[in-house]
This record gives sequence, C-alpha cells and structure tokens, in this order.
Amino acid sequence: MGNFLVWVVWIVAAFACLGSGAAVVSFTNPFYSALALIGNLGSLAVLYLLLSAEFVAAAQVLVYAGAVMVMFLFVIAYLGRDADAPWAGGPSWQALGAVAAAGALMVEIGLKASGRLTEAPDVGAGFGSPYEIGKLFLTDHLLAFEITSIVLLAAAVGGVVLGTQARDPEPDHPSNSLLQGDVPLR
Amino acid sequence: MGPDLTWYLAVAAFLFAIGTLGVMLRRSPLIILLSIEIMLNGANLAFISFSRHHAEMDGQIFALAVMAVAASEVVVGLGLIVAVHRRRLELDVDKLSTLRG
Repeated sequence: MGNFLVWVVWIVAAFACLGSGAAVVSFTNPFYSALALIGNLGSLAVLYLLLSAEFVAAAQVLVYAGAVMVMFLFVIAYLGRDADAPWAGGPSWQALGAVAAAGALMVEIGLKASGRLTEAPDVGAGFGSPYEIGKLFLTDHLLAFEITSIVLLAAAVGGVVLGTQARDPEPDHPSNSLLQGDVPLR
Repeated sequence: MGPDLTWYLAVAAFLFAIGTLGVMLRRSPLIILLSIEIMLNGANLAFISFSRHHAEMDGQIFALAVMAVAASEVVVGLGLIVAVHRRRLELDVDKLSTLRG
C-alpha cells in the first residue's frame, strides 16, 4: 500500500514538473512563465522529499520559490508589457535546430544514465536532515561553504552596482563609469 | 520501493532538455533566465537522485551550492535586464548583439 502511494505521489509530482517546465518555455507572457516556474520548483521539492532530501526540499521552497521568484515577479512587474517577446519567428531553421538539439541532448543523457544500475541501499532517518547537512558543510565541505559566501557577496555587490549606476545615464557624470558611453548599446 | 533512479533521471533529462530549448528558442532575456533556472534544477534533481542512490549526502551539498550560485546568477541577470531597460533598449537578445562599451 505504501509502495502504491509513493508511485502515485511520484507520478503526480513528475508530470506537474514536466508540464510546468514546458509551460515556462511556451507562455508568451513572462508573468505566467514565472508563475509556472514556481509550480515547477514546488513539484521538484516533492520529488526531493521522495528522495529523502528533506533539507534541500525546504531550502528549495524557501530560497527558490520564495526569494528568487519574488525577485523575478517584481522585475517582471517593473518592466511591464515591454518584456513581451514573441517566439523566434515561427518554425524557422533556428527553432527546428533547437528542438533537434534538445532531443539529441535528452537521448544522450538517457543513454549515459541507463544501465549498470544497482538497487539503492536503505538509508537511516538522519539522511538529508539539517543536522547531517550542517555537519558535512562544516567538516568535509568547508571550502565550498566559504566560497559560496564569497559568491553571494559578489552577487550582492554586483546587483547594487548594476541597480544604482544605471539610473539616468549621464555620460559626463564621473560616477556613471560602468554604463558610460554616448553610443547606445545596439 | 518507489520508482528507482532511472525514472528520476528521465525527469531530470527532460527538464534539462526543455530548459535548453527555452534558452535557444526564446528571445526575451527574462524567459531565458527562467529557462536557465529549469536547467539548473534538472541538474539538481540528477545530483539528489544519485545522492540517494549511493546513500552519500555529498550530492545534496552540491545541490545546495548550485542553488546559491543560481540565486547569485538571478541577481546579476535581473540587474543587467533592468539596466538595459533603463537605457530604453528593446529587451530582445537578437537585437542586443553588440557589446560596445
């Protein structure tokens, strides 16, 4: 009975994941795409729970579906209708090539992933818990942990720089050195 | 036992492929950023399913690091999009083809 329930949850989460992923790519309005991505991240969190990665699932919902997507929705609301870009001009050679490349990529991943599979071993109750994750982060993966903090700091500084200096570009003003230039970007 | 590793990897491969499709096919930089998020999440799902399969938690650590990098990437990407928008340029990656300073 429990086995059956796991399969039901997996099928619902996996199809929600795939459907919302296709919706993100195919919606014309970026606002709907962002909403579909929130659904995608939520169903991925369910899949993570099925893989007994509780902490990653919680972080996924908090960090991704919470913070990152709120930032996305704010920017989309700020840009308004200007962000509406249609599909790349119908089924051109570019679109056909993109579909063919994505299909080839999926076949290649599938071929690499299939075969030589053994049965997954049972794991204890502590697998994927915040205690175990924190212990790994502060012992074996301490360098990765510190580098992550530097990456986040660099991103925060970059966001502030891009967000403040781009306002009202005046080429003569010395503080506008980042996006300076009298010729437009195009 | 529920579904085994192959099923999870199939979902991960599909997510990565559909993210690639979005990056190559769409022209709005916002949608391209969203598609990159889908690709990162496909990779994360593969990491976590391999982590469960081998009963080693290092894959989950890597997935958390990927999430931090994705958050940073979104901050910088959205900052660039807002900066482009403030210069009254059209948000179309085909037309933003010259990076002239």
